[in-house]
Amino acid sequence: MTIQFRDETFRDDYTFRNSRWAIERFPFPFHEDSFMYSVNMEQHRGGPAGSVYEKRFDVDEHYVSEMRDRALVLAEDPLRCQSLPHMTLAGWDLLELIMVAKSEDYPDLFQLHRDGDRWRWVNRPLGIDDTFTFLDDTTLPHGPMEYITRQTQGDFCVLDQRDDNLWMDAGMVTTQADWSLDFDLGMNFFEWHAPVPKAHEMGIFQRALKFLLNIQQGAPARRLNWTMTVNPLLDTSPENYHRWGIQKTTLTPENIGRKQHLRVELQTFFRLPRSNALVFPIRCYLCSFEDLTTVSKWGRRLHRVVRDLPVELATYKGFVDNRPMMLDYLSQFDDGLPTSPGIWPDLETEPPLRMG
Amino acid sequence: MSGGEKIAVRVTEKTPLNDLVTRFRFEAVDGRPLPTFSGGAHTVVEMKDGDRNRLNPYSLMSDPFDRGSYTISVRRDDAGRGGSKFLHSAVDVGDEITISYPVNLFSLDLRARKHLMLAGGIGITPFLAQIKQLDRSHGHWELHYSVRTESLGSYVAELTAEHPNDVHVYYDDRGQRIDLDALLRGQPLGTHVYVCGPKGMIDWVHRTAEARGWPAEAVHSEEFLAPEPGKAFTVELTQAGKTVEVGETESLLEALERVGEDPPYLCRGGACGQCETAVVSADGTILHRDHWLTEEEKAAGAKIMPCVSRFEGTSLVLDR
Repeated sequence: MTIQFRDETFRDDYTFRNSRWAIERFPFPFHEDSFMYSVNMEQHRGGPAGSVYEKRFDVDEHYVSEMRDRALVLAEDPLRCQSLPHMTLAGWDLLELIMVAKSEDYPDLFQLHRDGDRWRWVNRPLGIDDTFTFLDDTTLPHGPMEYITRQTQGDFCVLDQRDDNLWMDAGMVTTQADWSLDFDLGMNFFEWHAPVPKAHEMGIFQRALKFLLNIQQGAPARRLNWTMTVNPLLDTSPENYHRWGIQKTTLTPENIGRKQHLRVELQTFFRLPRSNALVFPIRCYLCSFEDLTTVSKWGRRLHRVVRDLPVELATYKGFVDNRPMMLDYLSQFDDGLPTSPGIWPDLETEPPLRMG
Repeated sequence: MSGGEKIAVRVTEKTPLNDLVTRFRFEAVDGRPLPTFSGGAHTVVEMKDGDRNRLNPYSLMSDPFDRGSYTISVRRDDAGRGGSKFLHSAVDVGDEITISYPVNLFSLDLRARKHLMLAGGIGITPFLAQIKQLDRSHGHWELHYSVRTESLGSYVAELTAEHPNDVHVYYDDRGQRIDLDALLRGQPLGTHVYVCGPKGMIDWVHRTAEARGWPAEAVHSEEFLAPEPGKAFTVELTQAGKTVEVGETESLLEALERVGEDPPYLCRGGACGQCETAVVSADGTILHRDHWLTEEEKAAGAKIMPCVSRFEGTSLVLDR
């Protein structure tokens, strides 16, 4: 299908909306009626047609507006994009990976013409047509990582691999769930995950690191993560907490359906060939409670997951204070019927809500 | 697929370099460009030797950015289990074989101000690719290469011709030795040391650098172990419900694959840790030969690395 790019905002007047297409392809993160941490990794080799898993780098109706929001964040705070000196080669690796993937997966939107090291990149939605020399930093308007990630949805952590660990040595981070690249830059895998409750004791990070260190060229992996966000804000950063944190107090029983969003991260992992670094794209998808509960299976399940989540996790994810109001709202979409296994909406087979 | 992504290649050149070493060039059967890689990466070469499937890791020595072909250099090991001999004698130009995607367990630390490379014998191969990578990015490096004799010094002529100031060669038969103490003393701050060669050389470099106060993170090494032959033994697999005889010249990993099991692996040489397997019970002695398990883990006997380790005793039961 041809994507109709929406003209919308993720701040101030919040004109962001999901179309019916976007709602039904939303990466709902709960495969059963409860949630606990797990490494939950799988191979990233496509998925059902039209799903967010189908392409290596999903492009959707929010693309153009998300890139505009990223430019606004960077103009205000250039430290959202940083790359330590030894990570430039990994930046070129990432540029190549994205350009090749997007031009193959969306030939009507993106084109890459290569003549030796002379490359021409055409990005139709953003109106870009640039010619440059591959591996020559002086021929691009930004460093290679910044150049390509200003044109690609999602945050990007570029991780150096050495000493049997991963190091947060470069990244483009403007759509994050309350963590800071500027703070984490140079940290290793255990250091930057230190604030996460419970998972350390469960040995989750030891297992996850072992898995990530062994991700090989040609065999990318993926997982989902989630949190809650009031208003469709992409930039929920610690740097701007004074702006968005207060918005969590504006929920009312009347506006919660529109304002409260489930925030899902599609996290993927690719080995980069020249640098042997690992790139970790974190793509953020937002969906309001009002829209999510139009899918009867998701309405039932979301209520049960939010209700039964351990208090430490609700606190860490930042919604423990609003949980009672969320449950009041969500309970009207849970009629107690069983749900089908797996994350898919199952629109044809799941029964509609039985109103009590 | 346990060994990662694979590529069908054709042998397009087979070049004997000296009495022991032969170079092979591979190109993709489908004519598509091969994946780029990083200097220090290896590929696992699969050889069909009659009923037997041989899989050996070899360092990629060609220019990592050259996607037209890969080259490896294989030293014939007459005392080994036959993989290198098979490549030397039975694999010829035109043959099609399968190799794995490049895997790097010996990558350059790109933070280094200078890369000091120490090679022994066939251990030169990963450095050949790293030097090409560093030359492209104008990196600062220096190679000290120890060989037995002039005739066995693979690539000495090319290296010294192209890099007369950066390559230093030492001939065992002339009594020449790398003066490691002096070398380590004279390095600028920010230097990283890399060593690839026989086990004795690797241990010597780690020991000497540690004694000289070098941080462990600045000293890198790679040694793939070839699985050694040993006494035949029997293994019971609890998950599969199978009993497997491991032959004298067969590794435990190969025996598992022969009966249809598919344990993950990347290196098949005791380094990557992928094939680690839990031991349910063992009445006898596990002969640990890997670099992966810690000394404590080896002593505890609860884990085994099937790629290189063996067993002697009456019964071994594995959780696989």
